[in-house]
Amino acid sequence: MKPAIAFWNILYKDMKNYYLKPPNISWGLIFPFAWMGMLLIKSGTAFSISEVFPGIVALSILFGTTSMLSVTITFERKSRSFERLLLAPLKTELLILGKITGAILFGLFNSIIPILLCAGILKAPVSNWFLLAAGVILLSVISTLLGLFISVAATEVFEAQTYSNFFRFPMIFLCGLFIPVTALPQLLRPLSYILPVTYGVDVLHYSISESHFLPPVTDLLILAAFSMVLFYFSIYNIRRKWIK
Amino acid sequence: METIIEVKNLKKSYNGLIAVNRIHFRVYRGEIFGFLGPNGAGKTTTINMLTGLARITEGQIFLKGKDVTRNIKSVQKIIGVVPDENNLYEELSGFDNLCFCGALYGMRKKDREKRARELLNLFGLDNAGRRKFSEYSKGMKRKLTLAAALMHEPEILFLDEPTTGIDVASVRQIRKLIRELNRKGATVFLTTHYIEEAERLCHRVAFIDRGKIITTDTVEKLLDANRDTHLVDIRFKPVSNDVSQLPEKLHRRFPDISCTLKDSGTIRLTSRQVPDIAPVVNYLASEGFFVLEARLIKPTLEEAFVKATGIEVDLMNK
Ligand SMILES: Nc1ncnc2c1ncn2[C@@H]1O[C@H](COP(=O)(O)OP(=O)(O)OP(=O)(O)O)[C@@H](O)[C@H]1O
Ligand SMILES: [Mg+2]
Repeated sequence: MKPAIAFWNILYKDMKNYYLKPPNISWGLIFPFAWMGMLLIKSGTAFSISEVFPGIVALSILFGTTSMLSVTITFERKSRSFERLLLAPLKTELLILGKITGAILFGLFNSIIPILLCAGILKAPVSNWFLLAAGVILLSVISTLLGLFISVAATEVFEAQTYSNFFRFPMIFLCGLFIPVTALPQLLRPLSYILPVTYGVDVLHYSISESHFLPPVTDLLILAAFSMVLFYFSIYNIRRKWIK
Repeated sequence: METIIEVKNLKKSYNGLIAVNRIHFRVYRGEIFGFLGPNGAGKTTTINMLTGLARITEGQIFLKGKDVTRNIKSVQKIIGVVPDENNLYEELSGFDNLCFCGALYGMRKKDREKRARELLNLFGLDNAGRRKFSEYSKGMKRKLTLAAALMHEPEILFLDEPTTGIDVASVRQIRKLIRELNRKGATVFLTTHYIEEAERLCHRVAFIDRGKIITTDTVEKLLDANRDTHLVDIRFKPVSNDVSQLPEKLHRRFPDISCTLKDSGTIRLTSRQVPDIAPVVNYLASEGFFVLEARLIKPTLEEAFVKATGIEVDLMNK
């Protein structure tokens, strides 16, 4: 019961103070429109919605979670309020779970607009709603955990921001968001395979147009494994580095 | 007396720099224990190890008789910490800050709201409860940080320089509250570099310098060590000619008294017996000094501290 109270309040505070602030909400709303508009202008003609749908969803999640989490955690560490959490009788796993859940939910929220936009308004057919949901959830989890990974490496807020970009921008090209992984030069492909987002995007592609390079179950298992490894690796590093 | 904190051979090094060097001490239940030392002595590092914010390099910590060297988490629920810098959430109101801290210890909504209101009242912050922490003055921030540490009614309170950087009225109020909390049963471990604070507030004091504890005792005993020393300050009109020879001259004339020049207008006499001042004053007058005042100085912890550590106090309070 007691840990549940702590968990819920950590989550609630972050939601209220960071994620549900108007600038962040509007970011989640404007971002997918901006990308759709850009793609539309670039192609000059109508393009297949099904082809860009997964990319837009993945981008919205990636840009909503990774830097949000790494910046807020680094900010709290810098202002030392994070020490409050370390001083409380809470397992490191639990308090970190409290911190990342807000970002995961924010990632889910950010995926709603592009999904409504593509599937609802532009009538892109979705062949498997269950897999779409699974893909969205696991992508939110994995991109949040990338943010956690970054916040362990960063000591300053600007570093968290820079590292986030360092991860995110190459992922746009390497993880099959708009260019299929199989169309990448042979040399770059190993990079794609070690980036977990690749597998999330593959699930999204499958759930929409059934094009994919791995069976969805394999993708989901790989994502789950990546999540566990990233989570526990971060916990290990937090214990080692944040308690000096 | 029940030992509530026991520290054995505790050591902390940061990449080769030894911050705390094999210290031993005990804190008894119900006392206010002071850690007194200059900047960089290792006070904060010790508190961090005792509360779970710093890893222990060597040695052992026992809280309530339990070895928590490797697992401080299990006792964090009975300790409250006021860090050297205020670390509440700037964007939350005072009330929300307190409630959040209570929630971290598993307090239910009704209980934590009630307790938060009580504490705001106790600290005279009722009207500031709805304001953001970032809008608080330094003194208000310090009080709220102390209040936050009290939310879950801890048995042991760790206060890292609770009164540094705030005005006299707030200092008095905070000290009064610390005494009250202690009277109600809380054990208090506090660090300070104000000797006067240690003397007024603490039952026992440890002098710490460069990572080492130099002496630990009750304030009375520390004062007793200087009881047989009598101090007199004689103030005279500053003169233009050189006075650096004066202490030696005086000592030659009055061998029982040792003298030091405090500044160009004050000389301090130290002796084992209550010194007979009249001859000294007469002598000074005959030498052409215009004596303004002679004052018996009551030995304070300051003298004990200087004697034990060799650190001039003026340097500490800078
Ligand atoms: N995180 C750290 N990394 C490296 N060295 C540190 C760290 N924290 C403290 N030190 C060093 O340990 C020594 C003791 O520092 P500490 O902060 O414990 O002193 P203090 O007695 O609290 O001083 P102050 O009165 O200034 O607060 C100092 O030399 C300090 O430079
Ligand atoms: Mg300190």
